[in-house]
Amino acid sequence: MLENLSERLQGIFSGLRGKGRLTEDDINAAMREIRMALLEADVNFKVVKNFVARTKERCLTAEVLESLTPTQNVVKIVLDELTELLGRTDSRLVLSSRIPNVIMLVGLQGSGKTTAAAKLAYLLKQQNHSPLLVACDVYRPAAADQLQTLGQEIGVRVYRGDGADPVRIAQEGVRDAIDSLRDVVIVDTAGRLHVDEQMMEEAQAIKHAVKPDQVLMVVDAMTGQDVVNVAAAFAERVDFDGVIMSKMDGDARGGGALSVRQVTGKPIKFISSGEKPDSLEEFHPDRMAKRILGMGDMISLIESAVKVQQDQEELEVAERLAKSQITLNDFIDMNRQIRKMGGISKLISALPGGDKAYASGQVDEGALDRMEVIINSMTKEERTRPEVLNGSRRARIAAGAGVTVTDVNQVIKKFNETKKMMKKMMPAMEDYQGGKKGKKGKRGRGHRRMGIPGMGGMSMSDLRKLQDMMSE
Amino acid sequence: MGFFDRISEGLARSRERFTEQMNVLLDRGPNVDDEFWDGLEETLILADIGCAAASEAVENLRDQATRKALPDAYAVLDLLNDQIASRFCEGGEQIFGGEPALVLFVGINGTGKTTTVGKLAKEATDAGRNVILGSADTFRAAAIEQLEVWARRAQVEMVTRERGSDPASVCYATIERAEETGADLVLIDTAGRLHTSADLMRELGKVVNVVRKRSKLPVYTVLVIDATTGQNGLAQAREFNRELDLDALIVTKLDGTAKGGIALAISHELQLPIVKIGVGEGLSDLRDFDAHDFARALIGNFDARQN
Repeated sequence: MLENLSERLQGIFSGLRGKGRLTEDDINAAMREIRMALLEADVNFKVVKNFVARTKERCLTAEVLESLTPTQNVVKIVLDELTELLGRTDSRLVLSSRIPNVIMLVGLQGSGKTTAAAKLAYLLKQQNHSPLLVACDVYRPAAADQLQTLGQEIGVRVYRGDGADPVRIAQEGVRDAIDSLRDVVIVDTAGRLHVDEQMMEEAQAIKHAVKPDQVLMVVDAMTGQDVVNVAAAFAERVDFDGVIMSKMDGDARGGGALSVRQVTGKPIKFISSGEKPDSLEEFHPDRMAKRILGMGDMISLIESAVKVQQDQEELEVAERLAKSQITLNDFIDMNRQIRKMGGISKLISALPGGDKAYASGQVDEGALDRMEVIINSMTKEERTRPEVLNGSRRARIAAGAGVTVTDVNQVIKKFNETKKMMKKMMPAMEDYQGGKKGKKGKRGRGHRRMGIPGMGGMSMSDLRKLQDMMSE
Repeated sequence: MGFFDRISEGLARSRERFTEQMNVLLDRGPNVDDEFWDGLEETLILADIGCAAASEAVENLRDQATRKALPDAYAVLDLLNDQIASRFCEGGEQIFGGEPALVLFVGINGTGKTTTVGKLAKEATDAGRNVILGSADTFRAAAIEQLEVWARRAQVEMVTRERGSDPASVCYATIERAEETGADLVLIDTAGRLHTSADLMRELGKVVNVVRKRSKLPVYTVLVIDATTGQNGLAQAREFNRELDLDALIVTKLDGTAKGGIALAISHELQLPIVKIGVGEGLSDLRDFDAHDFARALIGNFDARQN
């Protein structure tokens, strides 16, 4: 539906290449696009207004980096500004020295508090704490059952108490934690509307009774403009310390994060994505900024690629690939590097739109490992010269790897396909390496193929092709 | 006391805030200036109608206001109200109108599907209909128990299986049971799922197919959407519609300050009628939808004059 911001800006600035300096008109045009992008990401109108005004100021006064195109310059400023506004606080959960530590969760109905409570408990358990979950939602039918079930699944004790007084349940929960030697208490409260006076009073009462060390507010990433009213009301009434953004596994841009941060000044501590208990992740302002602008998570991907970069090796591989003389050894190296970057699924999901491909079940994590086992069962000669693989060799490899000959054949087939693909890619790679050759100018910088270091100039789209082949 | 009064209670608070904003605008008198238009656009954007849609609506209105030489801001707002109301897709009365029906409730997590099913069951039973519930949310912890509580409140029968079983089989069993008992309204709750998770969407597609093939009652698939949802709501609705071919919308949680403007975009783009709106937690807070009232609540112009 939406193009990403840099592409749109590219359109505006297409006539400007080589001009070097941006005029005020250029910047105004760019700001309109930025405003639109932010509003479509559900950043609150007023926050957008302020943000655009400030960013414009900075664009006008900023040093224009000559090494970047106008688009890149503006995008850089916007990203920097956005990242800064989203906060640079680290999102680790800091527990105070008090035992038991009490964490209280609040939020609207359906924002994902109960799920977040279980995830938080799981996270604490991983960190060698022994958490206790307290179910204080006495209103929604079966809310306590839900927490109980989740608690059982992750092996965390749940205190549900009886009766209908959430304040008492919370107090008893803390006492129960002391009795059962738990060091962290997570209080899950009932969902409430920020305009529901009675419920807000109850939240205050619970807060007053158990004196939580931290109050976290759970905010649905899909919330629209109204998030400002909600956050402001909660901040005023229960004064939370941080935010958990939930449902981040969807494709919502999550502009609400910026709004909440701007309106309340409270940091975003975690993002919660998915139904599994281990899907509570640290918050990265820079990635969030890119997500809000619809720029995918390309940079994190590039960073992780850089981490596994091994210069020398890479050069050799690149050279061999360029001559499309890839061997099965390269195949293994490639697979290992993909794994170092967090596996194919992470790679794919970091690409804009990649989440979809991953979610639609086209990605088979195990495929790479099986392939490696088979290749490991080959002799050195077979690996460098796959063409020597005859029937009896294949039968031996299959026996060695504990698979059938068909599996071995499949690996060889995939290898041959990859080789073919590499050949096709070659002109593009030469273009990339040679710099000035090829269709210069027409496509603009932003469209240049993004090479992954360590992957011998393979581009992202080729990686996806590779993945498609593997999961056939 | 017409319908309009009833809907407006639920939106009273948002109205108050809006009135303040609108008063500021309207105090400028009938001469509408640029600030009026900017303010109107802002109001529409803040109602989650969407940036592009809001700009378009204001452009359009501005053009027409000039052409028709509208006298003042009120006339402009009346025109806007009509325009918004006419953008909503009409129809859907047959779903909860008393005819025999089987309704499947779908949507992302936490929009209020189970609660809506519960309230509808109560409402329909009170109206003398023979209702049966199916709890096909076999995924979320305690979803079945939650609906069970509602079933008890409404004193209707509920069909389910243990957690983790196949939702399609629950639907099948529900339909069989409905035929045995001669129920004329079957309400089936499904597990919330994000539209981006393709596996779960396919599963839901299967459930809907099974029901459409098996059921003798007319089958309606209704998307439940939370009024606080922002622009992502459209993406959600598109995916659900693509996979399931939806019949209608229900907008919940209109009792906060959220205006649910995204429902307008969804209803218009996908041509889905809004059949119910949820304006509170009480049993009677599930209301029929009226386009003009919704539009009025969205821009809240009326009380600028009435109050």
